[in-house]
Amino acid sequence: MAVNPFQHADSASSISGPPSGSDYLADSIFRVIALSCASLIVVLILYILWEIGGLALPAMAQHGLGFVSGTTWNVGSQEFGVLPEIWGTLYSSFLALILGGTFGVGIAIFLTQDFIHARLAAVFRTIVELLAAIPSVVYGLWGIYVVIPMLRPVAEWLHSELGFIPIFGTELSGPGMAPAALVLAIMILPTVAAITVDAFRRIPYKVKEAAYGMGTTRWEAILKVMLPTASSGILAALVLGFGRALGETMALAMLIGNSNQINLSLFAPANTLASLLASSFPEAGQIEVQALMYAAVVLLVITLIVNILGLGIQQYTVRKFEGKA
Amino acid sequence: MSDIDLTSRPPAMQPLSLERRPFELRALTSGLLTGLTWGIAILGSIPLFSVIIMLVAEGGSRLDIEALTALPPAGFEMGGGFGNAIIGTLVMVAIAAAISVPLGLLAAIYLAILDPYSVVAGTSRFVAKTLTGFPSILAGVFTYAVLVINFGYSAVAGGVALAVLMLPTVVLAAEESMKQVPQKMTDAAFGMGCTRSQVIWKVVLPTGLPGILTGIMLAVAGAAGESAPLLFTALFSNYFMSELMEPTASLSILIYNFSAMPFDNQIELAWAASLVLVLMVLVFNILARLIGQSKV
Repeated sequence: MAVNPFQHADSASSISGPPSGSDYLADSIFRVIALSCASLIVVLILYILWEIGGLALPAMAQHGLGFVSGTTWNVGSQEFGVLPEIWGTLYSSFLALILGGTFGVGIAIFLTQDFIHARLAAVFRTIVELLAAIPSVVYGLWGIYVVIPMLRPVAEWLHSELGFIPIFGTELSGPGMAPAALVLAIMILPTVAAITVDAFRRIPYKVKEAAYGMGTTRWEAILKVMLPTASSGILAALVLGFGRALGETMALAMLIGNSNQINLSLFAPANTLASLLASSFPEAGQIEVQALMYAAVVLLVITLIVNILGLGIQQYTVRKFEGKA
Repeated sequence: MSDIDLTSRPPAMQPLSLERRPFELRALTSGLLTGLTWGIAILGSIPLFSVIIMLVAEGGSRLDIEALTALPPAGFEMGGGFGNAIIGTLVMVAIAAAISVPLGLLAAIYLAILDPYSVVAGTSRFVAKTLTGFPSILAGVFTYAVLVINFGYSAVAGGVALAVLMLPTVVLAAEESMKQVPQKMTDAAFGMGCTRSQVIWKVVLPTGLPGILTGIMLAVAGAAGESAPLLFTALFSNYFMSELMEPTASLSILIYNFSAMPFDNQIELAWAASLVLVLMVLVFNILARLIGQSKV
């Protein structure tokens, strides 16, 4: 008896068959929904800019550019200026970058250049990743009860012996720039290390082998071959780490002392834009909220510029290596 | 033929450079820098251990059933705890996940599969990367401007602020994970006559699921530890929450408030709350790692 091999496909009970009209409809609807979600991210950042900008508009009209160069923040007399905060933001981030950048790049070299067994490197990588996982407030608490007491004798000694140098010009009375920058450095270290590790990984293994083949020592290979090759990736890591430091809020609000002054000394209290927002916003009246929104715009503009710059360098690096490979 | 005699031995080699010379400047520099790098690596991991030791020593001694369930103490009051803050943190993170995970997944599907090279995809991928470095306090300022001014401080506002921060992490991790799904598998599914959405729901999502879950877990861990966006969206409350539209306590804000207080009891509670918060964050982190290990 002849069996039609395609019989099952013809019967109505079969599940196989070409997509029905409703399948196609569902497909297009799904596509539109996904498209709108993807566009939502772009809309979100524009909406953020528009909302914050809109609320800052009265303060912008009133204070103009004098807001950026003013040095007093006095709610009573309605004088608002954020120059000390801009200084504090940039200075603390810069100090954190020097320290966190050195350690981040150092740890990245340690993890990628065959110093330790791969298994041990994985343990170290986990340690660095966990550093990033600890919440900012916990670092703040740790800073208050561990870092500040630890720094105080060091700061006292530096101030009494080397007080003529401006960066040691004041005593550490408690919170201040040094503990804030130190904790900030720990917080950006994982970012810098992760992106730098990525930059080293992109270098083909044969580049290092070629250097060893020429008779270099391990460090000659690292300093003269690996670091220059990874330089744009490391630059991206440093710029993105700087961007993280600029926007960091809670640990700084707890450690920097919230004092509106411009001082080169590492041990003087200072303030940052983000911690100004954190400490003043909850109790602010309407006029001050407008001024704070203006401060938020300043912070937003600075961080967006730094982040876009960092991402640009990173994409350039990726393209450079993927183009060659 | 050439006049080189291949059978003769070469002239005796000078005892040249193949010996190790550990005291040569090059070797010394190398050794010194190696030691320095070890030092940096060890010094760099001290903060983590210091934080953990402090948390266990200071927080562990205060952590008991009362601390986990009672309400925060006022001023000179002894005892107390942070039960309402634990609930508040969990509720707000849940709200944030409920908003950001569906939106982020759909956006990632578009970026990874539907139209990876379009202008929309390129722009939103770049914006998502920019948003990962977005100062968390600005998410709070934004939510204040949109929600708090109109509806007052609430758990929902806190959740929305956290969702803004979670969204880019979810999108980028999910996109990366879906891109790892082998082309062969999707091709095979298309060859069977699947529509695009069938391929996505039945092949790409199940295959990329471990990576997607890892991304979600990491985003949740990050959100649980955030405090800056909650400062003026959820505010704080000394009572258990009874509805979503009222000021709500969270662990991180409790730590921030108590750390500045002059009372030992509150500071001990701040350490205990930090221990709980870090444990929550670490649990999500470890879950993310475990799920990530079972990747395709």
